[in-house]
Amino acid sequence: MDTEKSLSPSAEVDILEPTETRRMRVNVGPSHPAMHGVIQIVVEVEGETIVYSDTNFGYLHRGFEKECENHTYQLCIPYTDRLNYVSPLINNEGFCLAVEKFFGVDVPERCKYIRTMLSELSRISDHQTCIGAAAMELGAFTPFLYLMKGRELIYRILEEVTGHRLTINYMRPGGLAANLPEGFFEHLRDIIPVIREVTSETDKLLTKNRIFIDRTRNVGAISKEDALSFSYSGPCLRACGVAYDVRKAFPYSAYDRVDFEVPVGSTGDTLDRYLVRMGEMEQSVRIIEQCMRQIPDGPVSVNDPRVILPPKQEVYHTIEGLVNHFKLVYEGIRPPKGEVYQMVEGGNGELGYYIVSDGTGRPYRVRVRPPCFMIVSSMDFMIKGAMMADIVPVFGSLNMIAGEMER
Amino acid sequence: MASPKTSAPVAFSSLLSVIKGHFGEVVLAHRSDFGDDTIVVQRERWLDVLRFLKDAPSLAFNYLVDLTCVDYFGQEPRFEMVVHLLAFESGKRLRVKARIPEEDATIASLVPLWRSANWLEREVYDMFGIRFAGHPDLRRILMYDEFEGYPLRKDYPLKKSQPRVPLLSPEREEEEEI
Amino acid sequence: MGLNIDYEHLNQELKDTLQKARPAPPSGFVMAKLDEAIGWARKYSIFQYPFVTACCGMEFMSVAVSHYDIDRFGAGMPRFTPRQADVLFVVGTINHKQAPILKRVYEQMCEPKWVIAFGACASSGGFYDNYTTVRGADKIIPVDIYIPGCPPRPEAVLDGLIMLQAQIQQEGYMNKRKALRKQGLKELHGQP
Repeated sequence: MDTEKSLSPSAEVDILEPTETRRMRVNVGPSHPAMHGVIQIVVEVEGETIVYSDTNFGYLHRGFEKECENHTYQLCIPYTDRLNYVSPLINNEGFCLAVEKFFGVDVPERCKYIRTMLSELSRISDHQTCIGAAAMELGAFTPFLYLMKGRELIYRILEEVTGHRLTINYMRPGGLAANLPEGFFEHLRDIIPVIREVTSETDKLLTKNRIFIDRTRNVGAISKEDALSFSYSGPCLRACGVAYDVRKAFPYSAYDRVDFEVPVGSTGDTLDRYLVRMGEMEQSVRIIEQCMRQIPDGPVSVNDPRVILPPKQEVYHTIEGLVNHFKLVYEGIRPPKGEVYQMVEGGNGELGYYIVSDGTGRPYRVRVRPPCFMIVSSMDFMIKGAMMADIVPVFGSLNMIAGEMER
Repeated sequence: MASPKTSAPVAFSSLLSVIKGHFGEVVLAHRSDFGDDTIVVQRERWLDVLRFLKDAPSLAFNYLVDLTCVDYFGQEPRFEMVVHLLAFESGKRLRVKARIPEEDATIASLVPLWRSANWLEREVYDMFGIRFAGHPDLRRILMYDEFEGYPLRKDYPLKKSQPRVPLLSPEREEEEEI
Repeated sequence: MGLNIDYEHLNQELKDTLQKARPAPPSGFVMAKLDEAIGWARKYSIFQYPFVTACCGMEFMSVAVSHYDIDRFGAGMPRFTPRQADVLFVVGTINHKQAPILKRVYEQMCEPKWVIAFGACASSGGFYDNYTTVRGADKIIPVDIYIPGCPPRPEAVLDGLIMLQAQIQQEGYMNKRKALRKQGLKELHGQP
């Protein structure tokens, strides 16, 4: 009888009184199923509440900046593909615009429209991957499959244009590697309704989904002032209600000639970040449609021997063309001495290139302003006091891309 | 702070005179090539100047875009801190620089002004070995703690690696140049 | 979706495999037959551990989802604990900071285990040849199959997987067990 009594809950214990807990240190990552990308978050929890966290990364530091210092400007372009590998065309564009700023060259109109169109396709695939992966980590596998279906179509059309699905190496300082292939616009016209359909299917599955909303609303919220202090940009900043978009504020390529809106959120929580990304995909499709209507015919590269290789006909038949070709390949593009900073709107925000040139064919220093570096630096601040289970939606919505963040 | 470009950007010349009016001769050099305005300031006044640029209502460079460093190996002073600022209301951009000598590679930390400076300065410390006075948590960030040297310095060889685990086969032929 | 498995074909393949074992001396007869049957069963039930670090992860996602559907080859089930996995996919660049983690994951996997180096970086370091990257995952752990490409196309990944399946089929289970046992005895008793 005695043992039975001691096992049964005693009448004096108040069940509403919190149980005694002790601090526990939990390691999330670096190889963790819910962490896309390799990052380690050391968390100290009391019960389920996070009291301290420390984010460690660098598991994909590949020495991008040092490699660039040892390559000619043209050979840096393949390295930029692998920064934000979900939207490589935008990285290409930023680097090429920065080098063009040195020379003051203005690329032909057709090139500007192609750059805009392909950048927007990349942005769609970036947001699709982010939303799909974040939803999958919350247990919603179907939206992931739908969005990957849409992304596959984008990869196929990019492959038609550039020759590779992912790492495209397509843009050059002063133009593009090649013109658009035949039948490109017909193909694009075919896939745009599918992209729209995929977005609306995802919208139906997630936006009013009770589980999804419960896991994301008011989770990982950040105020406008804090976000600016952390140098937020891109969808995460717009979710806080700041309508800052490089495409609107500092237009480049053909963005000043297309009409689009900048979706903004209000509370800056995980749900708002999701909604802003969904809104942006629709705006990107609008931009592509306008570009398709406006795009002129003509060359895609400037006729400037300082940056662009001469046509093959000249290389084979004239000595000037041959020398020019040889110098450009062997010594590389030689910008004047100085330094430039050029920014574009990447998938995660303001992607900036700061290039220092010493007048030789190799950059003296290339620095990338990685948007998600600043955003992830607020991770410890955001999850403090939150629940252990909140790490996954918050981290998923920040869209950390290790290649860009750690370079 | 709703959306950028709600007021007209301040002209570069008047910006220089505002700084001069407040600090005296703190700007060592200024230029605006390729459309980017640049000022070089004294290292000792680094934090003061940036605090002024951030807080002065006529300037209001309230957004830290980027913070990095360049190693001018062979020049004196050797390092150069580079900060890119953006005035959110007017859309004006500014680059602020300061030279740092090799023998005393320290500079004031900007963490009191912007929270994003925390990780950015850790990265500069990791890659260049610049120490930031007043930084709350100056540790390596991209490389591991056992790593010796600062990889982005110009005198660090490109291919000199420091493995953490024994490798099954040598990384490269011995005669190969690193 | 992916449910139209051709069971008749698979049955026929098993029958063929078993019949291929020649009626030889009694001792060899059982060994050969069991080996092939086990190899056949193993190669279609791969539990993979995706060690995804970099760009190749995007193509790994493409292979895993509907368009290319790695499930058709019996390797659709990712296990996120190395203790339950047979095949380690090293997807992406390995740098020196990452190397001890990769090694630890590999050591936690149970025998029999195989490793696929997915993409140029995991195979040889790719075009990253500098202070931080490891020149291929095979500097850290033994690798069975290398899939070239930066990143490889999904078709190349499936080709690599089929190559691994052929290797698994060929690898004699009994022989390997015997060799491991011998090695274990040697370690236990010292050199004979």
